[in-house]
Amino acid sequence: MEYFLELVFSGLTRGSIYALIALGYTMVYGIIGLINFAHGEVYMIGAFTALIVATVLNMYGLPLPAVLILASVAAIIWAAAYGFTIERLAYRPLRGAPRLSPLISAIGMSIFLQNYVMLAQTPNFLPFPELIPEPAFLERFASMVGTTDLAILTVTSVVMILLTLMIKFTRTGKAMRATAQDQTMAFLVGVNVDTVISITFITGSSLAAIGGVLIASHIGQINFYIGFIAGIKAFTAAVLGGIGSIPGAVLGSFVLGLTESFATGYVSSAYEDVFAFSLLVLILIFRPAGLLGKATIEKV
Amino acid sequence: MTKSGKMLAFFAAGALFAATVVPALAADPIKIGVAGAHSGDLASYGLPTLKGAQLVVKDVNARGGIKGAPVELVLVDEQCKPEAAANVATKLVSDGVKAVLGHICSGPTKAALPIYRDAKIVSVSPSATTPELTQSGEYKYFFRTIASDDRQARTMADFVVDKLGAKKVAVLHDKGDYGLGLATYARQFIEESKKAEVVLFEGITVGQVDFSAVIQKVKRSNPDAVIFGGYHPEASKLVSQMRKKRMNTTFVSDDGVKDEAFIKVAGKDAEGVYATGPTDTSKNPITIEYREKFKKSEGAEPGSFFDNGVAAALAIVNGLEKAKSLEADDIAAALRAEKVETPFGPISFDEHGDPVGIGFNMFMVKDGQYVIAE
Amino acid sequence: MNVITLKDCRKALLTALWFMFLTFPILVVKVNTTEHLVIWRWQNLIYVGAATCIASLLTSVYRHYRDRRGQMRQQEQQEEEAGRLSLTERFFNTPAVSRPVFATAALFFLIFPLLFSTYQVNIMTTALMYVVLGLGLNIVVGVAGLLNLGYVAFYAVGAYTYALLNMHFDVGFWIALPLGGIMAALFGILLGFPVLRLRGDYLAIVTLGFGEIILLVLKNWAEFSQGPGGISNISRPGFFGVNMPMETALNYQYYLTIAMVVLTIFVINRLQNSRIGRALFALREDEIACQAMGIDKTTVKLTAFALGATWAGLAGVLFAAKNAYINPDSFTFLESAMILCIVVLGGMGSIVGVIIGALILILLPEYLRAFSDYRMLAFGALLVIMMVFRPQGIIANVRRTYHKKDSAA
Repeated sequence: MEYFLELVFSGLTRGSIYALIALGYTMVYGIIGLINFAHGEVYMIGAFTALIVATVLNMYGLPLPAVLILASVAAIIWAAAYGFTIERLAYRPLRGAPRLSPLISAIGMSIFLQNYVMLAQTPNFLPFPELIPEPAFLERFASMVGTTDLAILTVTSVVMILLTLMIKFTRTGKAMRATAQDQTMAFLVGVNVDTVISITFITGSSLAAIGGVLIASHIGQINFYIGFIAGIKAFTAAVLGGIGSIPGAVLGSFVLGLTESFATGYVSSAYEDVFAFSLLVLILIFRPAGLLGKATIEKV
Repeated sequence: MTKSGKMLAFFAAGALFAATVVPALAADPIKIGVAGAHSGDLASYGLPTLKGAQLVVKDVNARGGIKGAPVELVLVDEQCKPEAAANVATKLVSDGVKAVLGHICSGPTKAALPIYRDAKIVSVSPSATTPELTQSGEYKYFFRTIASDDRQARTMADFVVDKLGAKKVAVLHDKGDYGLGLATYARQFIEESKKAEVVLFEGITVGQVDFSAVIQKVKRSNPDAVIFGGYHPEASKLVSQMRKKRMNTTFVSDDGVKDEAFIKVAGKDAEGVYATGPTDTSKNPITIEYREKFKKSEGAEPGSFFDNGVAAALAIVNGLEKAKSLEADDIAAALRAEKVETPFGPISFDEHGDPVGIGFNMFMVKDGQYVIAE
Repeated sequence: MNVITLKDCRKALLTALWFMFLTFPILVVKVNTTEHLVIWRWQNLIYVGAATCIASLLTSVYRHYRDRRGQMRQQEQQEEEAGRLSLTERFFNTPAVSRPVFATAALFFLIFPLLFSTYQVNIMTTALMYVVLGLGLNIVVGVAGLLNLGYVAFYAVGAYTYALLNMHFDVGFWIALPLGGIMAALFGILLGFPVLRLRGDYLAIVTLGFGEIILLVLKNWAEFSQGPGGISNISRPGFFGVNMPMETALNYQYYLTIAMVVLTIFVINRLQNSRIGRALFALREDEIACQAMGIDKTTVKLTAFALGATWAGLAGVLFAAKNAYINPDSFTFLESAMILCIVVLGGMGSIVGVIIGALILILLPEYLRAFSDYRMLAFGALLVIMMVFRPQGIIANVRRTYHKKDSAA
């Protein structure tokens, strides 16, 4: 039973990480119908910015909580700036182009950003500073669930709730939903579609940056390539839950995280990805629009 | 027909020119190919060998070349990719090299060796460790200046079973060619020893965001020691996450982990980790000489496989010098028969092409440094 | 007539400031947490500022001229009749121009081995293999409009079919070639059946997953596939049992690949103008209208999928034979992405476009070696720039038009 619980925890941790990245994919897809392949790279840049800022601040001897907060804020600001710029440079000029062109542009952007960080920084792994403090009262549970796991779970839950509130109740949220439903119509009723798309990219990138800081603290080291695998997995999670649907992305992420964890725990970690992708295929066969996606009926 | 005819005429003219006008340049240069990863993400494995070869050849040419002929290096880059390796191998063959120093990674070596075999060219790899390369007996012109994986796995298994006295061992690997091969041999040797049992044999996914599930699995199997086959980024993630889960199980790994980068990245978690590595060479005068030269020209410490690269270059030069002719069979015979002074001491090669005189030691991280484990 | 206005200058300045801010942490501060070093590279800030400022001004100039040309073209269009053909269309519709160009290209490829070294021939063979792969994927993506991100799986099936048959049963290249194609087609149908009712991007992710599954099985099931160590000593293609020296064998492989490319072009050209081809084009445009016209959606989609897979399988056999060694690392997602880039960059649905795309994308990194470290950076940037300025690809597809025969003429 204890083993089962341990696997549940590691599945939830992984799911939370996927969720933070998957939300960016699903929001962008919901609004402009594009698989933003460069999203994983935004997550990587968030982690790198946090590493750089934290290292510099550590040298000036700032206290740990201050470093943590400043590094996270910097990660969010710069990741958001990159998300915004990527959309302006690589996707906006392509609106109305053939459907696959933005996808290739996104793949190009992803390759470019990976190499940009590799050349500007280093191809090697860098240890990530320990930013999240380990309170003594958690020591008793350390063998089962670590401090960083708890931090990931807590932060992800809070962020999800805030995001849901934003989408549901704010003007921007309403504008986002309107744009997702019908861009032309939203434009006609006075929504500034360009601004909404930019805000979507900024929000998604900020979430990815939070994910970047958390996961880098958890795994303890980063390099320019971490965005690729995390990005593919998060994208799978988003599709599993029904791409375009925000609760779907969260559900899909947890289903994927738990599946991988149980596959590792009870079968073999060599085949964890085989289980993950087979589950995806199976679910899509029975629910072609994902777990929570709405099946669109085409009318002529 | 016309092409070769033209070539013949060209060469004849060239030879005539060389013979009559500049008799001083008597011999054509002897070409040696250097193949490996010189760019890309694995360049850090290939470049030290390249520099080592350049230093050795500079010395050889300074003392008059091989049998009066200057040595010329032909550098080709395959980024450790098998399909690129086949391409550069054909380039070396068409350039007419007499020997190849390389390749660096095992996959590309496998792709290139049939080409060298068919073209009758000797090759010496400083770092390709897959046992089949020599032990299959397919490639009689292939040699290496590094011990093969099964010998390394033997060192690991013996250490864990005999020195540490472990009864239950968990074996992990990174599903790669190198890591999986090592782990498979380690499991086989532990099971054959009958003194310990392998309680877990598991592959991990490189680059995965978190390893906690596999670590819980290791914990449940309750091993006395964990053996990991793979490279240092994954090793440091595994060790750090194990320590975070308050597991103090002994962690034993391989040459891919016996790297300064591992200690730097894993920090205090690296303490007490064991890793196998080539015999300590730091006191050998040839090692010191070439390391000094490297530092002088590059201004940095040489990286992975530098000693092996220098050893391979020295062996090739020695083989070319001692061989009766520059035919592959004669060079190979010379490499097998003649001992050569290298950073590892005097070495020669056995009938398979494996080095005699290069072995493995077990090292341990102590106070942020690798020291020989007792 | 002012090309650069004050507004443009202000915009350029703002862009430069924005990029200086954007790239500040990554480009200016270099940290080495293992050595506890921080290096400040302020000069990079100036470079970025200057470069983006100039780039911004250049785009302004470009826009200026484009707008002017656009106005002129509008006038022209009003003057001329509607339906003016684009440059590429005019090229293809004028045999007097296009035929000599094609003939020269064909001749160049035929005598290529006589002109260049074996190394160049080898690289060209690789590039031509990607032409086959690109044309195969073009059936699925370009013609039928089914986004397949796991195309490399079928390539792997072909390569491993030959490698394993050769290893266990000593099967030769010529027998394995059709077998590899058939195996890949079977896998295509196997995958196609469950997933073809998925639409658009759901299909994309399922094919991506399928590619990953095949790759993982090849890596992990060592008893079957030899695992990550790969399979070596695969026989090269034979020619009536003649024993060829190295150089001849490579030239032979080159001509084999050329033959393969010609065959592919021939088949695909016929296909595009066949009943199935027209059904595929129609399907891409509008599924519902298609069904209303009585086209069996499932059969047509499956055909496209299986046909695309067949070419990947054939290319896989060729690849295994050329390299004589394969391991799972040659069949990663990046390879699928590369083939997709060939199709889209070249121009979806256009045969000539795909050929040019493959040659550029495969040969360019090879000759960019001089910039070794920067070549992938340049490659990524090039993909983005190409798409932004020419989203329809290098050569936009020219749809065959059918004219009613005029009995009087």
